[in-house]
Amino acid sequence: MNDQTTAINKINQAIIKRFPDWVQIDEREGYEGLVVETAQLIPFMEALQDEFGYDSLTSVTGVDYLPEDKMEVVYHIYKSTGGSILVLKVQVPRSNPVVPSLVSLFPGAAFQEREAWDLLGIRFEGHPNLKRILMWEGFAGHPLRKDWREAFYEGEFKPYEDRWPEGKVSKVETSNPYQENIRYPEGFNPETWIPDTEELLLQGTASIKTETDDMGLETEQLVVNLGPQHPSTHGVFRMVAKLEGETVVDLEPVMGYLHRNHEKIGERNTYSMNMPYTDRLDYFCSMSNNFGYALAVEKLLGEKYQPPERAQYIRVIMAELTRILNHFMAIGFFLNDLGAYFTPALYAIKERELILDIFEAVAGSRMMCNYFRFGGVVRDLPDGMEEHIRKMVYERLPRQVDEMDRYLVENEIVVGRSQGVGVLTPEQAIAYSAVGPVLRASGVPYDIRRADPYSIYDRFEFDVAVRYHGDVYDRFLIRYDEIRQSIRILQQAIDTLPEGEILANKPAYKFRMPKGESYGRVEGPKGELGFYIVSDGTDNPWRYHVRAPSFINLTGLREMSLGEKVADLVAILGSIDIVLGEVDR
Amino acid sequence: MKGQGILKGLGVTLKHIIDTYLVDIKTGKDRYYNKDGVRQRMTSDTKGIFTVNYPEERLPLAEAFRYVPFLVYDEENGEQKVRCTACGICAKVCPSQCIWITRAEDPETGKPLKTPAEFAIDIDLCMNCGYCAEYCPFDAIKMDHDFELAGYDRVEANIHLKERLLKPASYYAGIRPLNYALEQKAIAEEAERKAARRAKRN
Ligand code: SF4
Ligand code: SF4
Repeated sequence: MNDQTTAINKINQAIIKRFPDWVQIDEREGYEGLVVETAQLIPFMEALQDEFGYDSLTSVTGVDYLPEDKMEVVYHIYKSTGGSILVLKVQVPRSNPVVPSLVSLFPGAAFQEREAWDLLGIRFEGHPNLKRILMWEGFAGHPLRKDWREAFYEGEFKPYEDRWPEGKVSKVETSNPYQENIRYPEGFNPETWIPDTEELLLQGTASIKTETDDMGLETEQLVVNLGPQHPSTHGVFRMVAKLEGETVVDLEPVMGYLHRNHEKIGERNTYSMNMPYTDRLDYFCSMSNNFGYALAVEKLLGEKYQPPERAQYIRVIMAELTRILNHFMAIGFFLNDLGAYFTPALYAIKERELILDIFEAVAGSRMMCNYFRFGGVVRDLPDGMEEHIRKMVYERLPRQVDEMDRYLVENEIVVGRSQGVGVLTPEQAIAYSAVGPVLRASGVPYDIRRADPYSIYDRFEFDVAVRYHGDVYDRFLIRYDEIRQSIRILQQAIDTLPEGEILANKPAYKFRMPKGESYGRVEGPKGELGFYIVSDGTDNPWRYHVRAPSFINLTGLREMSLGEKVADLVAILGSIDIVLGEVDR
Repeated sequence: MKGQGILKGLGVTLKHIIDTYLVDIKTGKDRYYNKDGVRQRMTSDTKGIFTVNYPEERLPLAEAFRYVPFLVYDEENGEQKVRCTACGICAKVCPSQCIWITRAEDPETGKPLKTPAEFAIDIDLCMNCGYCAEYCPFDAIKMDHDFELAGYDRVEANIHLKERLLKPASYYAGIRPLNYALEQKAIAEEAERKAARRAKRN
C-alpha cells in the first residue's frame, strides 16, 4: 500500500516539475491527484499522453460541490502498460460550468461527457454531439445536482425520520400522484413535442443522401431502427443504423430506458445501504459489483478494515465463479444473436445454474447476493461447500468448458459469421476506453488483476488472456480463455483457503467515515468496474459514481460497426456483452 | 474438411440427448418427483438435463435463502410473546426504507413501551437484502423462505402488517435450524453466565 503511495507521489512530482504553471497537487484532506488549469486541459492531456504514456482515459465524471459553489470534473487515467491510476481534476464555477471536451484526444470520453452533461449540467466545449444520453429531452434539470429533487422526494438522506418511532405506513405514490409530479423544461410541451427523427439522431454526420448511379437509378440511404424491443438486443436498447444497401454507414446507440439514477439513490443512501443496490447494476455479476464497491469504501476506511485472509480468499472465489458464469452466459447468448436459438444458451444456463446454487447457499440469494461487507463477507461458507466448490472447479467446470469448446468453436457457421467482423484495432480499443474482454481481444494484455493488483490476486498463478485480431470471433474465443484462467485461480484458491475470521470488525451498519475521495476498481467479467466515492465525513456519500464497463464499452460500437453488414450488428453487439442494468444505471 | 466443426457440435448435442435418456433409464423413478432425486440433480456430477419441474418438484432451499422478512414470537403458556422491542434499528438500516414501526405507549403514563403497536413492511419496496434480520439485536425479525406471494391486489395485500408478519419461533426453527440452534446456544450460555455471576454475589 505504502509503496504504491510513494510511487504515485513520485509521478505527481514529475508531472508538476514538467508543468509547474498548469497543475498543482490537490491538497484537500483525503484527496489525491492533481488539479489542472481549465484553460490548459487540452495541451496538458496531450503532453501527458505523449510524454508520460498515459493513454487510457478510463473514467470521466463530475462532482457538484454545492457548498463551495463549484463543479469539478474528475478524470481517472492510466497507462495501458500497467500501473496505478492517475487522478486529475478540473474546477469550474457552478453558475457556468464549461470544460474543454477531451473527445478529440480520447474518443472514449464521448459518452461519459454526455452523461456528465445530462446528469450534472457540465458543458463540454468542443464535444461533437453534446446532448442528453440517459434522460429524455422532456426532462427538466440535471438530476445529480445536489439541489435537484426527485418526484417522490422524501428527504435529503436516509434513514427517513418518519419511519420510527411513529411510523405510519403509506405508499409514497399516493402522496404525489402520477401526472402531478412531472416537470418539463421551460418551453417544452409534451403534446406538441416530436421525438428526434432518425436523421436528427444521426446528427453530426451528413444527412441521408440520395444518389443517382451510372445507370440512372436513384438510390437512397436507409435508416433502420433496431430495438428498443428487439429480442436480440440483450434488453431494452436501441441502435439507429444508417445503411447504404446492406452496409452500415453510420450508427447511433440510444439508451437510458432502464435508467433509475442509481447514483442519486446512492447519494441518499448510507454507505452500507448501497451494497444491495450494487447487486442490481450488472445483475449477472452481483458478487463482482459488491467487490468493487467494498474495495472503494475500504480504501476510505483505512487499514483497520482490511479483510482477514479467509475473507480475501472467499471474495476471490466468488468473483471468479461470477466470471465463469458470466462468460458462459456471454457465449450462450452470443450464439442466440447469431441465430442458434437457445440450445447453446440453455447449455450455458445449465452450468450457471449450478454456480447459482452455490451463491444461494452462501449468500442467501441466487442473483442479488449482497454478500460483501466492509472488511470481509457476511457469512462463512456453509458445511460441505468447500468440497462442493472443489468438485466443481476440478471436475465439472473444466469438463464443461471443453465440451462448450467442442460444441461451438470450430463450427463453420460461427466462424463464418464472426471472423473478421467488427474489428477494433488495439489503438482504437485504447482510444475508445474499451476494457475487459473487448480490450484484450484486440491484443492489449491489460487486466487489472495483473496490471494494478487488488485483494490477493498477486498470489495466484494465471495468464492474462489475450487475442490479437480484435474481431467478433476473438471476442468470443477470449471468453473461453478467461474461463480456463478463472478455473486455474479457483483451484489454487480453494486448495489454499485458510481457516479463520471472515470479517475484520464486528458487524456494523454505521461507520466513522473520514473525509476524502477514493476510487476502487476491479476486473469484473465485463471489464473495469470502478466506484468513485467522495465522502464529506457524514453517514452518506457526497458523491457516488459507478464507472460501468458495459456503458463505456458501447462507445466503440459505432467504430466496430462501420462498413459491416446490417446482419452483423447484432453479432457485434452480442460480442461486447452488455447488461442494460449497468449501461443505464 | 468443411462441415467437421458442425458435426463435432452436433455430436455434443447428441451426447446431451443420449445422456439424458440414459440417466433416466438407469435411475428410473428415483430421479423425479422425490427429494433425493432433486438433490442428486444439484450435485456437480449430475448428467443430462436437470430441469426441476416446478411446482410439482421444488429445489430444496438453502438455509441462508432469504425472501421477505417476518417477525418472530415465542410461545409462553399459550401466549404470544413478541420478540421485537421496537428499537427501530431495522427501520434505520433498511436500504429501501420500507419498514414502518409505531412504538407502543403505556396508556396511562404515555411512556414508550418496549414493544411495537404497529409494524408494517411494504414488500413491494423490500429488496430482500436481509439487513433487517442481520442487524436486529433481538433476533426478532428474520427472513422468510416463502416466496410464493403472487396476488391480484397490489395496494393492500403487499403491505404486511403486524398480524401477517408474526410467526412462531417454531416456524423459524423449522426453516433455519442451524441458525436457530446457534442462537439458542448463545442465549443459554448468556443465562448461565448471569446465573454464575448472581451465585457469586450471593
Ligand atoms: S425487529 Fe428487531 S431491530 Fe426491528 S425494531 Fe424490532 S427489535 Fe428492533
Ligand atoms: S430485507 Fe432489506 S429491504 Fe427488506 S425490509 Fe429488510 S432491510 Fe428492508
